[in-house]
Amino acid sequence: MDVFSKRKYLVIGLFSLVALIIVTRLFYIQVLDSSYKISAASNVLRREVNYPARGVIFDRNGKMLVFNQAAYDVLITPREMKPFDTLSFCRIVGVEKGELVNEINKAKIFSRYKPSPIIKQLSSQTYAVLQEQLFKYPGFFIQARTLRQYPSKIAAHVLGYVGEVDQKAIDANRYYENGDYIGRSGIEKAYEDELRGVKGISYKMVDVHQMVKGSFELGRMDTAAIIGKNLVSTLNGDLQAYAERLLSGKVGSVIAIEPATGEILVMASAPTFDPGLFVGRERSHNYSKLLIDPNKPMLNRAITSSYPPGSTFKIANALIGLEDGVLQTVRFSCSGPASTPIKCTHNHETPLGLISAIRESCNSFFWQAFRAEINHFPTPAEGLEAFRNSLLEIGIGKKIGGDLYGETSGNIPSVAYYDKYFGSGGWNSLTIRSLSIGQGELLVTPLQLSNMVSLIANRGYYIDPHLVRSILDIDGSQDSIQFEKHTIAAGLDNYEMIAQGMEQVVESGTARLTAKIDSLIYCGKTGTIQNPHGEAHSAFVAFAPKINPKIAIAVYIENGVWGGRYGAPIASLIIEKYLKGRIASKRQHFEDEMVNSDLISTMKLEGGD
Amino acid sequence: MKTNNNIWLNLDWATVLLYLLLVILGWVNIYAAVYSEEHQSILDAGQKYGKQLIWIIAGVILAIMVLSVDSKFYAAFAYHIYAVTILLLIAVLFLGKEVNGAKAWFEFGNIALQPAELGKFATNLALAKCLSQFDFKIQKMRSYLILVALIAIPSILIILQNDTGSALVFAVFVLVFYREGLNGMVLFWGFAAAALFILSLVLDQFKLLLFLLTISVAAYGVLRQSVKEALIGFMSIIGIFGITWLINRLFSLDGKPMELLVTTTLLATVLVVIYGILRRVQQVWRILLFFIFAIGISMSVNYFYKNVMAPHQRDRIDQVLGIKIDKLGKGYNVNQSKIAIGSGGFIGKGFLKGTQTKYNFVPEQSTDFIFCTVGEEWGFVGATVVLGLFLILLIRLVTLAERQRSQFSRVYGYGVACILFFHIAINISMTIGLAPVIGIPLPFFSYGGSSLWAFTVLLFIFLRLDASRTENLR
Ligand SMILES: [Zn+2]
Repeated sequence: MDVFSKRKYLVIGLFSLVALIIVTRLFYIQVLDSSYKISAASNVLRREVNYPARGVIFDRNGKMLVFNQAAYDVLITPREMKPFDTLSFCRIVGVEKGELVNEINKAKIFSRYKPSPIIKQLSSQTYAVLQEQLFKYPGFFIQARTLRQYPSKIAAHVLGYVGEVDQKAIDANRYYENGDYIGRSGIEKAYEDELRGVKGISYKMVDVHQMVKGSFELGRMDTAAIIGKNLVSTLNGDLQAYAERLLSGKVGSVIAIEPATGEILVMASAPTFDPGLFVGRERSHNYSKLLIDPNKPMLNRAITSSYPPGSTFKIANALIGLEDGVLQTVRFSCSGPASTPIKCTHNHETPLGLISAIRESCNSFFWQAFRAEINHFPTPAEGLEAFRNSLLEIGIGKKIGGDLYGETSGNIPSVAYYDKYFGSGGWNSLTIRSLSIGQGELLVTPLQLSNMVSLIANRGYYIDPHLVRSILDIDGSQDSIQFEKHTIAAGLDNYEMIAQGMEQVVESGTARLTAKIDSLIYCGKTGTIQNPHGEAHSAFVAFAPKINPKIAIAVYIENGVWGGRYGAPIASLIIEKYLKGRIASKRQHFEDEMVNSDLISTMKLEGGD
Repeated sequence: MKTNNNIWLNLDWATVLLYLLLVILGWVNIYAAVYSEEHQSILDAGQKYGKQLIWIIAGVILAIMVLSVDSKFYAAFAYHIYAVTILLLIAVLFLGKEVNGAKAWFEFGNIALQPAELGKFATNLALAKCLSQFDFKIQKMRSYLILVALIAIPSILIILQNDTGSALVFAVFVLVFYREGLNGMVLFWGFAAAALFILSLVLDQFKLLLFLLTISVAAYGVLRQSVKEALIGFMSIIGIFGITWLINRLFSLDGKPMELLVTTTLLATVLVVIYGILRRVQQVWRILLFFIFAIGISMSVNYFYKNVMAPHQRDRIDQVLGIKIDKLGKGYNVNQSKIAIGSGGFIGKGFLKGTQTKYNFVPEQSTDFIFCTVGEEWGFVGATVVLGLFLILLIRLVTLAERQRSQFSRVYGYGVACILFFHIAINISMTIGLAPVIGIPLPFFSYGGSSLWAFTVLLFIFLRLDASRTENLR
């Protein structure tokens, strides 16, 4: 009756065919293709990093040198943004409109769905204003971070700074990721592992608006953040601040060590800068400004610059001669400025022994002492080799810092160096005589000079100079750090002889006018370093008091005219401040003079001639 | 009452059970799609699942009402219902409320009604009435025109409401006509046109022309039932192309490949015409007709596509055909929908464990994209089961339609099956990137009272007719 009733099979066939196509497709995307599962996870999972607060650094008296302050990054999720009043937003956060647009575009290119920071490190004041207005800016949110804060603005070189990790650091250590902060110099760098703590990672489930909906797998994959450890530095904050004040207007450095422990009390380099400049939104601007400053304020001259030590080196020379047994009783003659082959700077008694020679800083004496030391060995080469090894043993010409970042080793010319210059056997003690008075190719760091006097102060040992005393654990316990002790057994009498000479330097010698402190017996040595490019450099090393010394110090002032001019007053003022607590009124004028002197602009004027 | 008892006895309870099962499954998935920790009560009328539950109950009452009406009513008043619906479709253009850019809704307080939904069963009734007339012969041109008009009027009105998706549903009636005796060639040409439409967009002109030449020669071989003649055809075309190419090179004519192929085609056509006249081979004319039709379609497709279609419609087609891949912009919905379904895996993440749907990554997840929840939480197994239930329902409806005594009931039954089929096929296909996103709901599953009631009425009118299947209705 119905000729077309067979067509129902075609209709049913069509229904079934379409169902089969759909099932096949479902099988493909649900069972065979795993990429959708990955996309689903990246949709829903947000990896959240919880940055622990970085450890705080205290000075030896418990004064805070650096702590943390909250700062705020503004992030956007481009997909959720709506057109907004850019002008008033820019006014609140204080950025140029062009910069803002630029950052938003960058964020869009990165991802339309994931948040990315567009403005970093807003202050809490700006944050407070923005927070109230934030509802006007959909797609914007704020993330808290911590920034370093420096209450007294001192010790920029010692503390170092913190910055975003670069690719090199990320490659070297898988802990770091883009956007993390890392110590870049100073203590921040040397104690990075202790200070940074361990960041925590948690996985959160988010909805399409990036709103957190809960933890992933009940938080089983999450790790807790571990707060950074606090450090107790060896610095004396007050003394450091005082030293920095005395260095103002000058290029140079002060380094003071507690001899018995090797703890660095002061490490000041001038010119310096406010460590807070490396924090916050102006950071890169400030950084590049400091970078192009011709006086190189970022250079830590106390450990990174090496200079000829000049007459301060006579202490090392004397110690080596005494060790060799060639100086105990000798007396050498001096013809003052008429002396050959090295002139002596002034007239004094002659012939003279070691103690007087140190007091008078007699070039003739130390040249002859040096010749005796070299000639103590069969050949000049063997003599120099022994001389060099002795220097290395007392910590000159090598890195000695226990935990210092950026230290250089200085330089003691080797046998090979002179062989190359004069040919093997083509030189002798006369050829290399400038070494005897700390000039020529010899280069030492102020740190090595201070360590050298520390060795004399200890009468036979030094401990690697260091900046951190102990690490404070979260439970409050202190982990003291042990540093290596180096003993140089040259005989107590010999050390006493040098100390005697150095005492006379202060009492009646080259530093008597500027270094002498009432009712304090201490030991020092001036250094005036000829400088072919301008005024001579001024150096002074000292330890105080003579008996049971509490401080060993080296001061090196570039273009400081002569040892007694800037080096000795600065060193003596620091010693006086440290041991006496105050500067005697009759020495007050030294302080004023040091604080107010301005060698930097003078140099600039000279440069203009 | 006697007749009433009859109805409940004769009612096809298997279909009723399938209906209830699908509605409940749909409700469970709506619950999962909008589930959040804050709103857990299943009866919260402020939430979508709470409202849907009310609408399901209303739907069941509606079904009972539909069943209570005498079966003769539907046949008798088919045209009246159709007329009222057309009036409503016109009225909504002026009085309707605009939602998502489509002016398709009447609002009565809390309840929104979409006349386009009425259009489906009203048109179905009208078509059934029309086809079941004594003097109606589907093969006649006049009959075609009447049928086309019955479909075209509501379609155009719905397109005017800016709801192209709902209008496209009416195309599915061609299947009903086919069952009622429409020439199979119409169906064939319909599919051929659709295939050409897609090919014209996907292939460049050169490849398309090459493809059409190949198909024509192959089809000729099939019609003549001769491999030899097909091979001769291929060789001739290659030969002509070779000669054209050689002439082009010899005289440095600088012709582009496309120009050479067009020349080849024209020469081949001339030869075929001469061959057809000389040898009086009838099949030649059919193939030639097909070929010209195909060229015509593909040329008009490009025009239509570029000048008539709205940009958003073009984008949806581009996404499905892979012409443009834009996972973040226009393709966002489909991409997120595929991620949700794809991440379900074989057995799914479990009830209420679907992260993509729960955290709103899939847009319109309780309405047009409700199948994402099925795919994500119940996996391949669950999706296949749902699809299987739908297929069983469709086959059951076709079987019921075939057992009708009156043509009216049969046509109506086929209409119900085909309308449901179109919705199910296109809705699920669009969630897995097989069809463009045209925004039509998944029957019984998608959230919304209007569509649920429309499908319920559509289905239960047929069940009412089926309960009186021994009557002869016209
Ligand atoms: Zn002398």
